[in-house]
Amino acid sequence: MKAVAHIPRTRRAVALISGGLDSMLAARVMQDQGLHVEGLNFFTGFCVEGHTHAIRSNPNRKPRRNNALWVAEQLGIPLHIVDVIEEYKSVLLRPRHGYGANLNPCLDCKTFMVGKALEWMQAHDFDFIITGEVLGQRPMSQRRDTFPVVARESGANERLLRPLCAQLQPPTLPEREGWVDREQLYGFSGRTRKPQIALARQLGIEDYAQPAGGCCFLTDAAYSRKLRDLWQNRAERDYELDDIMLLKVGRHLRPKPHLKVIVARDAGETRYLRGYRKRFTYLDMTSHNGPLTFVEGERDDADVELAARIAARFGQGREAKSVSFQFVSRDGIERELQVAPFTVDEVLGEWYL
Amino acid sequence: MSAHQLDATGLLCPLPVIRTQDRVATLRQGDVLSVHCTDPGALLDIPAWCRIHGHELLSTQESEEEVLICIRVRK
Repeated sequence: MKAVAHIPRTRRAVALISGGLDSMLAARVMQDQGLHVEGLNFFTGFCVEGHTHAIRSNPNRKPRRNNALWVAEQLGIPLHIVDVIEEYKSVLLRPRHGYGANLNPCLDCKTFMVGKALEWMQAHDFDFIITGEVLGQRPMSQRRDTFPVVARESGANERLLRPLCAQLQPPTLPEREGWVDREQLYGFSGRTRKPQIALARQLGIEDYAQPAGGCCFLTDAAYSRKLRDLWQNRAERDYELDDIMLLKVGRHLRPKPHLKVIVARDAGETRYLRGYRKRFTYLDMTSHNGPLTFVEGERDDADVELAARIAARFGQGREAKSVSFQFVSRDGIERELQVAPFTVDEVLGEWYL
Repeated sequence: MSAHQLDATGLLCPLPVIRTQDRVATLRQGDVLSVHCTDPGALLDIPAWCRIHGHELLSTQESEEEVLICIRVRK
């Protein structure tokens, strides 16, 4: 009877792919060790990645690519994009570890994503999870004392490997079992990007997304201010996808505590906002080219007139004596309205959210 | 083999890609899916997703109102 040769199974790693350089390098390092790698990308609704900026008109600009898809294509790996909008609410609304400088619950967010990756790993018969994290690069989730928190609270424990800084951490299961050669991993730390850029060059990676101040709108002070305002004025901390998308679009002003005005910044935003008209009272400029404007919380004609005078400031009739609007209330009642545009000084800076 | 429609209008990327991915998972080899979008970014992203996963891009059309992307499922 012939002996059957035992052929070891190719180990399978699932990589969190953000679209940035670090996760690209982490995945590539694993591929170079002969592992099978597939990518996961989570869409929370707050991701800067994607085409939120495509809403705005700019005929000279090419549409933005989705960098996570682009990275996966460059690496030659499948990428699975997962909608976690609903599940993410509990992360943002009740973060166990609190927020960073703005409404960014980075530690809870990373724990959540690694936990979701673990579910995916188990469902698809993969062996471990990799991320592009670098020790000390982010002040909340990428610290020596918080790395173990993510591993423990996500449930991934020793099946979470961070190839770019693994040599600064205790060996994980993939290293101890010999699935991965620890000597070929890295010991990057700190906020400098030089080691990653040098490694990219060494691996022949010349094109990659430039760091753009984080991958999440929740790290942005202006966005967080608008989200806080939304919660305060609804008297509940909750949101739907449409709410958080609209916070990315237009100028948001609150000229009175109960009154909010959203003015599109260009034709692209006006086109986008038109899709939401049935949810809002709105002002459509008729005498001049101008932005679509949503009005929230109006109590009387004076509020409507105030909103219209603000909106008129941002249309082509800003220097005219009078600007006309079609006013349509949420319940569909229409009427014409003429107002004198505010001067630039009359739109107070403190109104802007 | 059958033809299917997916309405992803009003959604910003990556949601049209996610809806496409999830729908394709329910289809069979050779089925054709026509994805209707309003985000022009889908013209880059859905073809990229097809290339990554080995599905065949049959056509793309862009009008003022809509982007239409047709793909053939390969499994």
